[in-house]
Amino acid sequence: MKDEVESRDDRVANLKGMGCSRKRVEDARFTQGKGNYVDDIKLDGMLFGDFVRSPYAHARVTNIDTEEALKVPGVLAVLTAADLEPLGLHWMPTLAGDKQMVLADGKVLFQGQEVAFVVAEDRFAAADGIEAVEVDYEELPVIVDPFEALKTDVVLREDLVAQDGSIPDGAHGPRTHPNHIFTWEAGEKEATQQVLDNAEVLVEESMYYHRTHPCPLETCGCVASMDKVNGKLTLWGTFQAPHAIRTVVSLISGIEEHNIRVVSPDIGGGFGNKVGAYPGYVCSVVASIVTGKPVKWIEDRMDNLMTTAFARDYHMTGKISATKEGKITGLHCHVTADHGGFDACADPTKFPAGFMNICTGSYDIPTAFLEVDGVYTNKAPGGVSYRCSFRVTEAVYFIERMVEVLAIELGMDAAELRRINFIKKEQFPYKAALGWEYDSGDYHTAWDKALTSVDYDGLRAEQAQRVEDFKAGKTRKLMGVGLSFFTEIVGAGPVKNCDILGLGMFDSCEIRIHPTGSAIARLGTISQGQGHATTFAQILASEIGLPADSITIEEGDTDTAPYGLGTYGSRSTPVAGAATAMAGRKIRAKAQMIAAYLLEVHDNDVEFDVDRFVVKGAPEKFKTMKEIAFAAYNQAIPGIEPGLEAVSYYDPPNMTYPFGAYVCVMDIDVDTGVPEIRRFYALDDCGTRINPMIIEGQVHGGLTEALAVALGQEIAYDDMGNVKTGTLMDFFLPTAWEVPNYETDHTVTPSPHHPIGAKGVGESPHVGGVPCFSNAVHDAFRAFGLRQTNMPHDHWRIWKTANELGLHD
Amino acid sequence: MIPAAFDYYRPTKMDDVIALLKEHGDDARVMAGGHSLIPMMKLRMAEIPHLIDLQAIDGLNEISIKDGQITIGAMVTQHDLINHAGLEAAAPILREAALQIADPQVRYMGTVGGNVANGDPGNDMPGLMQCLDATFALVGPGGERSVAARDFYEAAYMTAREDEEVLTSVSIPVPQGGYAYEKQKRKIGDYATAAAAVQIVKEDGKCTAASIAMTNLSDTPIYSADAGAALVGTAVDAAALTAAKAAMLGDIDPTEDNRGPVAFKKHVAGVILARAIERAWSRA
Repeated sequence: MKDEVESRDDRVANLKGMGCSRKRVEDARFTQGKGNYVDDIKLDGMLFGDFVRSPYAHARVTNIDTEEALKVPGVLAVLTAADLEPLGLHWMPTLAGDKQMVLADGKVLFQGQEVAFVVAEDRFAAADGIEAVEVDYEELPVIVDPFEALKTDVVLREDLVAQDGSIPDGAHGPRTHPNHIFTWEAGEKEATQQVLDNAEVLVEESMYYHRTHPCPLETCGCVASMDKVNGKLTLWGTFQAPHAIRTVVSLISGIEEHNIRVVSPDIGGGFGNKVGAYPGYVCSVVASIVTGKPVKWIEDRMDNLMTTAFARDYHMTGKISATKEGKITGLHCHVTADHGGFDACADPTKFPAGFMNICTGSYDIPTAFLEVDGVYTNKAPGGVSYRCSFRVTEAVYFIERMVEVLAIELGMDAAELRRINFIKKEQFPYKAALGWEYDSGDYHTAWDKALTSVDYDGLRAEQAQRVEDFKAGKTRKLMGVGLSFFTEIVGAGPVKNCDILGLGMFDSCEIRIHPTGSAIARLGTISQGQGHATTFAQILASEIGLPADSITIEEGDTDTAPYGLGTYGSRSTPVAGAATAMAGRKIRAKAQMIAAYLLEVHDNDVEFDVDRFVVKGAPEKFKTMKEIAFAAYNQAIPGIEPGLEAVSYYDPPNMTYPFGAYVCVMDIDVDTGVPEIRRFYALDDCGTRINPMIIEGQVHGGLTEALAVALGQEIAYDDMGNVKTGTLMDFFLPTAWEVPNYETDHTVTPSPHHPIGAKGVGESPHVGGVPCFSNAVHDAFRAFGLRQTNMPHDHWRIWKTANELGLHD
Repeated sequence: MIPAAFDYYRPTKMDDVIALLKEHGDDARVMAGGHSLIPMMKLRMAEIPHLIDLQAIDGLNEISIKDGQITIGAMVTQHDLINHAGLEAAAPILREAALQIADPQVRYMGTVGGNVANGDPGNDMPGLMQCLDATFALVGPGGERSVAARDFYEAAYMTAREDEEVLTSVSIPVPQGGYAYEKQKRKIGDYATAAAAVQIVKEDGKCTAASIAMTNLSDTPIYSADAGAALVGTAVDAAALTAAKAAMLGDIDPTEDNRGPVAFKKHVAGVILARAIERAWSRA
């Protein structure tokens, strides 16, 4: 027998379990153009729907004339709010407790807003139909500045003001102005004020984290197919949370949930953009019900950039206090959050500003207070977590800038300032001032490893020489050393405080072992490129002792997969990964009983060893998992049901807290504003590492999106609310050309509460990368007096910084 | 992003192209690589009821170098330019510039003729052709005529080409001396924030001739005769560079866009021109 000649190491290797850089099983189809994305779905008689969109950012819609459009060959119907109103579908609930127009109900609140839905035989006819719809607009004053929004008499949402002019409470409590959405607080207001008032050193800084967009390569879309014979609605779509979509569709349409099947096929990137529900989904479903035919809706790139969920847009003001020696004593953060025309943020219900209250970062800050004001403006709704857990990128950017600013105020080295304020290893689990309990960490070890790896002291010496040379006229390039140390908070989350629309944020895994020793596992998550089919099979391989290559992972079909809350916020491994391990352990527990029966010993006399159960003290007596699987289906074992299946719904006891230490070395051409990234070092600690190759790929991708955001990517509006960056000419999406070489490194500090100690990694590089790139730009100018300049650091803004510092004279 | 309906023609003879243009006037447009026109049509910023594809017309994709003259057919792609050995020897600035246009996928399709004829101030070839004092051949109902690149551009998308004419080739006197095409852009595939084409002749340590043109800094490419003249007779020292920059800044008229405000563009235009001159001079 092959098994008998194999060494234990061979048996471990054959499993391709955790820790193995197993090649991605998804790539065979993706690299051959054989993926199956939503737009690849073609059904008999399928129609195509597309939107008439508002050219104005704020206007009354006084008339919609569809007569000419209906004459366009191939156009079958044009839906307006008036058509949806009898169904109660002209508005829909948002994930943030607000409601949003599906189609313009008397007015529009942002450029690109959906006004009418043209249904046609193909997308070409739909496009012609759109041109033929005549909409009369009456322009209204446009508010694009959230500070202005809180002062103006212009009311964006008349629907949220009472008849008598009073302002009813919103989903998150009292509102102070018609354009105000909520105030959310965390921490101790008075105690923080007291600490700041009595501080030896106090520094205040304001920064704007600009609006940007996740811009997945595949835009959002769906195909809705209502089968009028059996009353079943099938909805294929680019959904990061297919089960939640099923529940939402059921709640708003009244179709019973068992009659709705939601399928997420292959998804070409999500990064948060595909979490929410969009008018296109509702209109496609209605159009399919009305016509009795499948209806497809696919955004084009401009639709995607201009109207589906944006990210960031946080105006942050911080105060940080410290002793003269640099020990941080207090932190205050105020955010004015621009949510656009509707509050459609994708956050857990109780967290309208996401996990912004992780903004004390990796530092032992005893007292802190956070206050966030959400505001309506004439911009697109959204506010998703673009490759980060809920608002963590904003939080980490804030604290990593505040620490740099404090270092400048103190005249200290920013690396040293971080070191003396890090939460110490022995302080974990650490209760932070703003409420979170960090599960584990070893920040000093990671920081020292990072600084040593890049020869930090050498870099600083080189930088000092560069400043001298610049002043002497020998060079026109400055050198920046960007630092960031971040702590993520991912894996949302414990049902006791995390839900979306009342759905607890657990996740799930269901495993069926087949008689011949292979398996299928289905999860409540959905991969959008993360490689779940590869990595979840590895977790299972290690847990149940069957080779990863013999395990199929299936996600995204609500008719077959167990209920889960989907993939975003780096939650798949922390939550569904845990469910997978737990379900695997249930399989193993039953397998142990079967093995004991087969080996004719007591259950407690066998133990698991890689791919088998062995009799304790007699390793030559064993049953492999493959043998046990077969026995489960052909033996009548007293007291044990046939079959080998398990399901686990995992409610995580806590979040997980990955962390990392990044260093960027950048040269900046002062005369052109062009930055050149000479070096980027990224150390990530994501706890137990499931697949090092996939981790490295995730880090590369996250850093690249971080580079984009820090150095140029934005959704910019003019004063009239026109989107200035609606195409990839102006919206910066880096290619291989713009991307530097990344050096990756790691430490491993397992999560103490996660079954396999894994913490999640997909978003860490983005969270840590943005402040690192930005700090590098700031650091290059530190010697010339720069304290704060806002992202994105594109050429002209860097040039402007140099110009304002007098470096062009 | 779906264009309005249009009729598509793929004639094989230039006479047929001209006939179609005569018939449909402003409603017709010829297409070379399509990398400027098709995006405009998809955005419905250009509505072209009659689209005439030139791909099947013979004789438009040749490159010849003889008697001190380079002739490039209108359908020669940027990729062809980059990979033509004779051209690299005769006019290396063409290759240097073409390599800074868009990306390889676009350069396989994008043509010299389309690039110069479209009149987009963001395109790199028009400025380059002005620097090289190229001549464009135009064929129309009345036969062929020539227009100097330096006289061709009137405003954004407005050129000396009549609606019924087709630009068929570009002729360039084999350039002399050192060269440089310097371009600042935000990312691969972007139009220039500022770009400078410089061709410069050095004799006995002195500049005897210089030609300078700038890209995307006005609504047309800008041939700056004064900037070139500022270098002639000098050793291209700091004072000469300053004078050339000043002359060039007097000729350009940039506007603010997402690349930055006017002051930034002017500053960068000066920096880019100085670098182009220095590099060209080092090669002269």
